[in-house]
Amino acid sequence: MSKPKVAFYWCASCGGCEEAVVDLAENILKVVEAVDIVFWPVALDFKRKDIEAMPDKSIAVTFINGAIRLSEQEEMVKLLRKKSQLIVAFGSCAHLGGVPGLANFWDRESIFNRAYKTTPSTHNPEGIVPQEKVTVDGKELTLPKFYNTVFRLDQIIDVDYYLPGCAPPPDLVMNAINAILEGKLPPKGTVLSPNKSLCDDCKRNETKPEKLTIKEIKRPHEIMLDPEKCFLAQGVICMGPATRTGCGERCIEANMPCRGCFGPTDQVIDQGAKFLSVLASIIDVNDEKEIEKVMDTIVDPAGTFYRFSLPSSLMRRKRMPSVADNEK
Amino acid sequence: MVKIKINGKETKVEKGTTILKAAEKLDIKIPTLCYHPLLEPYSACRICMVEIKIGKRNELVTACNTVVENGMEIFTDSERALKARKMNIELLMARAPAAEPVKEIAKELGVEKTRFEIKDPNEKCILCGLCVRTCEQVVGAKAISFIERGADRKVSTPFGEPSEDCIGCAACAYFCPTEAITVEDLDKREVIHDEMILGPNSAIRVPIRQAVPMVPFIDEENCIHFKTGNCKLCEKVCEKEAINHDMEDEEIELEVGTIIIATGFKGFDAKKVPAYGYGRFKNVLTALEFERMVNASGPTGGQIRLADGREPESVGIIHCVGSRDENFNEYCSRVCCMYSLKFAHIIKERTNAEVYNFYIDMRAFGKGYEEFYHKLLEEGVHFIRGRVSEISDVALTPEEEGKLIIRVEDTLVGTVRRIPVDMAILSVGLEPNFGSDEITRMFNLSCSQDAFFLEKHPKLAPVSTAADGIFLAGTCQGPKDIPDTVAQAGAAASEALALADKGKFELEPVTAEINEELCSGCQLCIALCPFSAISYNKEKDISEVNEALCKGCGTCVAACPSGAAMQNHFRDEQIIAEIEGILSV
Amino acid sequence: MSNEKFEPKIVGFLCNWCSYTGADLAGTSRMTYQPNLRIIRVMCSGRVDPQFIFKAFKEGADGVLIAGCHPGDCHYKEGNYKALRRYKLIKKLQSEFGIEDERIRLEWISASEGAKFQEVCNEFTETIRKLGPFNSKKGGKNE
Repeated sequence: MSKPKVAFYWCASCGGCEEAVVDLAENILKVVEAVDIVFWPVALDFKRKDIEAMPDKSIAVTFINGAIRLSEQEEMVKLLRKKSQLIVAFGSCAHLGGVPGLANFWDRESIFNRAYKTTPSTHNPEGIVPQEKVTVDGKELTLPKFYNTVFRLDQIIDVDYYLPGCAPPPDLVMNAINAILEGKLPPKGTVLSPNKSLCDDCKRNETKPEKLTIKEIKRPHEIMLDPEKCFLAQGVICMGPATRTGCGERCIEANMPCRGCFGPTDQVIDQGAKFLSVLASIIDVNDEKEIEKVMDTIVDPAGTFYRFSLPSSLMRRKRMPSVADNEK
Repeated sequence: MVKIKINGKETKVEKGTTILKAAEKLDIKIPTLCYHPLLEPYSACRICMVEIKIGKRNELVTACNTVVENGMEIFTDSERALKARKMNIELLMARAPAAEPVKEIAKELGVEKTRFEIKDPNEKCILCGLCVRTCEQVVGAKAISFIERGADRKVSTPFGEPSEDCIGCAACAYFCPTEAITVEDLDKREVIHDEMILGPNSAIRVPIRQAVPMVPFIDEENCIHFKTGNCKLCEKVCEKEAINHDMEDEEIELEVGTIIIATGFKGFDAKKVPAYGYGRFKNVLTALEFERMVNASGPTGGQIRLADGREPESVGIIHCVGSRDENFNEYCSRVCCMYSLKFAHIIKERTNAEVYNFYIDMRAFGKGYEEFYHKLLEEGVHFIRGRVSEISDVALTPEEEGKLIIRVEDTLVGTVRRIPVDMAILSVGLEPNFGSDEITRMFNLSCSQDAFFLEKHPKLAPVSTAADGIFLAGTCQGPKDIPDTVAQAGAAASEALALADKGKFELEPVTAEINEELCSGCQLCIALCPFSAISYNKEKDISEVNEALCKGCGTCVAACPSGAAMQNHFRDEQIIAEIEGILSV
Repeated sequence: MSNEKFEPKIVGFLCNWCSYTGADLAGTSRMTYQPNLRIIRVMCSGRVDPQFIFKAFKEGADGVLIAGCHPGDCHYKEGNYKALRRYKLIKKLQSEFGIEDERIRLEWISASEGAKFQEVCNEFTETIRKLGPFNSKKGGKNE
């Protein structure tokens, strides 16, 4: 019997998720022994046409990381969906939209303007920005379309499972691979991490006072962070209460608060709104002016609360006249 | 036992008895000045001289400190004894000519004047040392002593300066037989026996005559024993041995199903209105003080008297002191109009005084109240409609001399009037009691704007609170008179009993719940609950809602960052479906 | 489309004890007001989850009103303060989603303020009418 075929693909991502696969260390050898990797652009030389040539549903499972922000990415994931039995959204960007999703606070034009014209290190007096088509020496060159809006994977194709994390920790990846190899699969649509928030596993949870309220908000660099104590109890924003657990608290152990890469639990629709709700609730100030003062100390609330989940939020993106209905 | 004979009468007394006590038993009086049964005898005044005979020997001794012996014969009024006493009283008359007890004894002995030189005609001190012994033996403060010698001997504090050891108990003055000692409040030194309303106070007392149970208590703050560790005189004199200074306040924990809060009110502090002169003028009284005065068991036996003991010829009663006043309390205290009318009636009944009522509006709203008001109008009580601006003692005319002048705008006549009276009564309003804040927190109650406890619903649940099983009775909920209080207390009691009888109470269905499977135990909801209904279960590492305490506001549900909390009947899915529904067209 | 008169869709989250009762009073007092407010009753303004507000905009609302008891008068003591704090924090980020400041509004309306309910309702509707529709469909496919 032939070994199950496995594919990896990356979209709008940083490459960290590819590292996560490599981070399996010696376990990667077991994986390679058990499966046949048919597509992995970052590591192995395969072409699009190789995939196109494969029969439909011939790939057992494809792991896709990264958000969708280019037409090429959309085409590729649609192709892979056709050829694969299972699609796993791998990492925060595919799962939620991730950091690239923060682009949804702008549109294509403002992003191009910033990236290609106004950054201090850019010298572009002619104001050249990427074009989908350009003719050079009589020959037409094309580039994929850059969408106004960044999407998470399941907004483009049907996704079977989600592996959360920026990047997903090796143990979760290994568990997922084993489950697929052994055919012990949970219901479709499951996020392959426990459905409770991070505080459930956080060692600092014990240090919370009986009634946790805060009067002021600090950023991590503004105080000496107590390495044992709950960040919120120290007045530092920690997304842990509104974030799914399973990450192994790597940030917490490095004395940095949770930033929310695992996304919300199943019951929560909008991670940012929910965290906003609880944070505002525990700020123990009742005078209107005083409230405003405290709220002013929260730097970039939208970017903080929606750092990984903007394309998954209820609003998905900023509403702008330039972005017409459903336009990419 | 010892056999003795006093003035020819034979008697047997216990060994160790003094002659004075033995004579007392036979009802034979021996005059004394420096003797006090609670103190060691001192034989300083030597007025108790008696003649005794033991065997063949006759001699003069002081009765207060001479112990009887077997076969002793005592003559309390023998010629020799009387002669000695007369001589001694003459000496004391020269020493302390102003001392009344000395004069009395001299009169009894038939001594009219002293043959010795009088140094100071105003002197009262007989150097009996009762005060010094009291301060040392009873109080334990040792603040005073004898100083100098011979003719210059006197009682004083060290160097005649106010003593730091003095606790201001005034026991020395109390024990002084000749009123030679007066106690003054120097340097605002605490005088522990401060005056109670219209009468002296004591550190052991029955709170009021109508107290139930009618048992005295020790006021620890004012009791000498709790200041110096000495005294305990009350313990010594109580024959039933009922007094025990070692008893302590106990905190008793009771498990109960229902609670009635009836913490009452406190009277408005009349000193907050300086223009009315309360505290400055002796004849400006608060309603409560006047109430105490007209009480038949009060200090004056119910007689209405001015500070100097005269009967007043005119009395002013000022309504709405601290009530219906933007500067203090905006609300009407409800009871003042009627008790003021009662005062007017009592004054009319017991004296011939003219009575003036100064009112803003007459609020005689209860059953029979309006009729009572009319009765008073017929009794000739004066009613002046207007708020009093001030009470002063500055007389502008001869009639005002020595009177309190009440300045008021008579709004019915439209003129400012000055009414001279002998006594002014301030009808103070009702305010929330001390410690209301603490009770608010303890029972999770709410207060209305005027700081009285808030009922659940002003019309439909007037004795209930937002906390189930906790009820309100009386003025803690708002000013009310006795009939209303009795009615409300009855209602609160029956509500409490009904609940206790049932043994369970119905919960509002709209409560919050936390899904054990989903809760991460982040505990952020706990601080958000104003009813302390959420607690952390350490074993399970989850937060739990106590449904009996939860009122179902849903604040925790809106905040629960992992979506583990839900509100029955207002679940997220339901509200979201509502949003979708109402926006679908 | 553009010729048709724009009728704003406004979602109102009203607390059971004060504002909802205040709205009732406006009704029983025969006060007339703009029909654009679509009311959702919650027990307390503290129950209003920010998710509901975004959900309303996503579903096509042009404005969202949150109304509760006056500060200090909350039936649940301080739920309205929590609503106020959440509201103030939402104000800090709503523009990032392109939601104009006027579109989210918090008001204290007591049970006796039927007239205030009428006034808020009319005024808010007019404000949104002037602002124009909040095109909720912009911003992504699916769902």
